[in-house]
Amino acid sequence: MTETTREQQVLERIDRARQRKARVREERITMAHGAGGKATQTLIEAVFLDAFRNPLLEPLEDGAVFGAGGARLAFTTDSYVVSPLFFPGGDIGDLAVNGTVNDLSVCGARPLYLSAGFVLEEGFPVEDLRRISASMARAAAAAEVSIVTGDTKVVQRGKADGCYVTTAGVGLLERDARLGVAHARPGDAVLVSGPVGEHGVTIMLARGELDIEADVTSDTAPLNGLVAALQAAVGEEVRCLRDATRGGVATILNEIARAAGVAVVVEEDAVPVRPPVRGACELLGIDPLYVACEGRMVAVVDGDAAESALAALRGHPLGAGAAIVGRVRDDPPGLVLLKTAFGGTRIIDVLVGDPLPRIC
Amino acid sequence: MRFVDEYRDADKARALSARIASLCEPGRAYKFMEVCGGHTHTIYKHGLEDYLPETITLVHGPGCPVCVIPMGRVDDAIHIAERPDVIMTSFGDMMRVPGGRGSFFDSTAQGADIRMVYSPLDALKIARREPDRQVVFMAIGFETTAPSTAMTVLRAAAEGVRNFSVFCNHVTIIPAIKAILDSPDLRLDGFIGPGHVSTIIGCRPYEFIARGYGKPLVVAGFEPLDILQSVYMLLLQLAEGRSEVENQYARVVPWAGNIRALRAVNEVMELRPYFEWRGLGFISHSALRMREKYAAYDAERLFDIPGNRVADPKACQCGEVLKGVLKPWECKVFGTACTPETPIGTCMVSSEGACAAYYNFGRFSRQRVREATR
Amino acid sequence: MCLGIPGEIVEIPPDQTDLARVDVSGVRRAVNIGLLDGQPLRPGDWVLIHVGFALSKIDEAEARAALEFLEGIGQAYEDELAALRDSSIER
Repeated sequence: MTETTREQQVLERIDRARQRKARVREERITMAHGAGGKATQTLIEAVFLDAFRNPLLEPLEDGAVFGAGGARLAFTTDSYVVSPLFFPGGDIGDLAVNGTVNDLSVCGARPLYLSAGFVLEEGFPVEDLRRISASMARAAAAAEVSIVTGDTKVVQRGKADGCYVTTAGVGLLERDARLGVAHARPGDAVLVSGPVGEHGVTIMLARGELDIEADVTSDTAPLNGLVAALQAAVGEEVRCLRDATRGGVATILNEIARAAGVAVVVEEDAVPVRPPVRGACELLGIDPLYVACEGRMVAVVDGDAAESALAALRGHPLGAGAAIVGRVRDDPPGLVLLKTAFGGTRIIDVLVGDPLPRIC
Repeated sequence: MRFVDEYRDADKARALSARIASLCEPGRAYKFMEVCGGHTHTIYKHGLEDYLPETITLVHGPGCPVCVIPMGRVDDAIHIAERPDVIMTSFGDMMRVPGGRGSFFDSTAQGADIRMVYSPLDALKIARREPDRQVVFMAIGFETTAPSTAMTVLRAAAEGVRNFSVFCNHVTIIPAIKAILDSPDLRLDGFIGPGHVSTIIGCRPYEFIARGYGKPLVVAGFEPLDILQSVYMLLLQLAEGRSEVENQYARVVPWAGNIRALRAVNEVMELRPYFEWRGLGFISHSALRMREKYAAYDAERLFDIPGNRVADPKACQCGEVLKGVLKPWECKVFGTACTPETPIGTCMVSSEGACAAYYNFGRFSRQRVREATR
Repeated sequence: MCLGIPGEIVEIPPDQTDLARVDVSGVRRAVNIGLLDGQPLRPGDWVLIHVGFALSKIDEAEARAALEFLEGIGQAYEDELAALRDSSIER
């Protein structure tokens, strides 16, 4: 048997191992379970999906879409824990509003109403809560949604990190577009709506532990306007939209490849990364493709509509930095491949947990 | 980015690739070891093997500081970290490395205070800020990193900071290369030498490889063109019947190394008689410990550590992978029992580990990928 | 082993002789230059940074020489390709 065939057999064995049902091996929750990578996926599939299983939940999209009283609605929820609470370009308040607005938007829905739940730590300054609420109000006005219900809980000092916010939201689907990561087809084009990694790098630097200064601000923004612009231009041709939050663009692309059973081929040169984000990532030894955004989305559209989609995105202020970054192919299914700027090829996998700063 | 982007140019790579192919003798297979895990990472991250003829195999070497830490040392560090008066500090690289009873991350989930730092100086800063806690720095790395640890200890001593100490796991590369050269199961044609270690130790310490063992060595930089050029230089030496130490990375590596840095290390640390390397076993004079003079900064002396030797899991073939005898995919548990989510061996944890690099970046059939990316 | 990143010195604060402010692609950090004792350093010089320390001053002349070598190889390759094209046209 040649070495290549032996290697091929090993690769197939690995592929089978990766198809196996997810199992949580840890006895306790670790930080990796919240990072949006493989550990998060495993936890969701093995614990939550196992317990709640139903057809609406099963696709594990950013929100659930269902009919009610003749209308089609989208429903989603998200919790926000961020340290520091205030950072360049935003705070936990606008993050919580924009995040839920974006989860609804990428379902193809027009966001309407949000709820807001607060878990506050005893001793938390009321002034900070005012600032956060004001910022939520501004974000809601900008996204044209109303915060219509809420809840407040206080826990003892030391039992929480200042302030956690949970938002849920409902939106209305006004067109018949059925978006889903499983809909990507060979020949489709993959776009990102702007430079990647800015939110994640901003937070890492804002913590101050790394002593790195850079001119980066969070990209937190509501995407509903951008989605509407895209749908107005190429509505029928859009296969799926995802906002690239935890786990970054790389994780979203893997979800698409896996759900649709296709290969996604990305051109490294085409992925927009602003210089300070790149500099910080080089210094810390992390890959911007895995760094979180809070106002960027990945769009998969019919290949023939790629240029019109790009023009529609670039015509909106939040999509000025949009780019076509890759194509969908049929083989090898389930893998995301990167054509490196250097001219080589490699795969892009999902990380286990957060990208960690490294020295080697 | 300057001194980075210039060395990632695809046109120059194509030209070098053609030169490399023309230097290969027909019918001859070449095996070069890149000693350093940083090179392994670069090779996979940029897809560099696409530029090499199939007759050239790059064998991944032992130069991955995280990969060579034996499980017992991780357990010792966790033992220290679990003390309520201790703040353990560590580079991000160590956080997921499994010991006999879990990793740093498992330990923080149990309540230990383990913090990631970018520099040993950041650990010292924490010590200044929290004078009531003992701040321990988990020092790992080859000669590249040891001077930074040494300078930090000297700084702590000068400032009279008394709640800072180092759990010293620094290792030295030459004995490991020698162990590989003396191992009977590997035939190599040459070495791609570790560039950043060489900024400190210089190029002279490799001369025994070229003279004594007759193997050429080229000290190489970390951008993909650096590595391609080094392969070219190795092939040229072989074609011309030479066996020398050459420096491809002269923009960063002075031939004599960094005397100031070596002096700092020598002031604070001394060679251990022997040290266990994961997978490679005990290698004499292959690691550093704190000198008696700096006992007050030596976590090994300050805290009781169990010091138990933990045998590597039976199924794990990290040793063979670290020596370059096995390719990652040839290990029995690769990709099935041992994955980045559930690492058995260290090679699967470190971003420099050969197994992690292959699993994360290179786990595909090159032929199918060529089709897909055409 | 050991991530090292080139950065440009933008400032050497006069009051702290072992520190320099370094810029990496628009990102700035203070790095310790104690390991480069005795080497004259100025803003505009490039150093290799590892775990917050400058390990070595980058030798721009050596860098240029290496790039010229690579360009030479690239040029020779282009010439060969051109020659190959010409010969196939003749044929």
